[in-house]
Amino acid sequence: MNELFAVAALVLLFTLGAGLVRVVIGPTPTDRLMAAQLMGTTGIATLLVLVPVLRAPALVDVALVFALLAAVAAAAFTRRRRPAEEN
Amino acid sequence: MAVLDGLAAALILAGLFFFVAGTVGLLRLPDALSRLHALTKADNLGLFLLALGLLAANPEPFLGLKLLLIWLLVMAAAATGAHLIAKRAVRGDGEDGS
Repeated sequence: MNELFAVAALVLLFTLGAGLVRVVIGPTPTDRLMAAQLMGTTGIATLLVLVPVLRAPALVDVALVFALLAAVAAAAFTRRRRPAEEN
Repeated sequence: MAVLDGLAAALILAGLFFFVAGTVGLLRLPDALSRLHALTKADNLGLFLLALGLLAANPEPFLGLKLLLIWLLVMAAAATGAHLIAKRAVRGDGEDGS
């Protein structure tokens, strides 16, 4: 059973690396932000999957904090404006 | 326990499938808004299935409560972030005109 979780963690890490391609290619900054969101969600999934492999139930709390921080990045990025304008 | 282990394995494989499908969609879809679909819907469903698989492997009530909280937070963050990203992509009023 633990082997399946370890394989899942490996697959998720490959997914994370593949998302980096979008960061490099992405024609607009919106694409790069979406790849960063992907990394956040994939990071949460990797932490959750590693809980039985490393026998560390504290990783669930780490994933919870990560989920809280994921919303802040999107909000901070999309609320910036050109310096000449007000909001 | 054998039934739960089989269920956990099926849930984890389904969650991995949706996660990989979401990332492939992010890489291959033509437009920023369609990539947003793949990112928010497929990835969050994959995360939910993975969390269910983790819960099926060692069913404890407190772990289930924490996983439910994580899933709700990720859903709220994804919905809000998707709305913000879509508004900015449609209006084009970011700091560099995109």
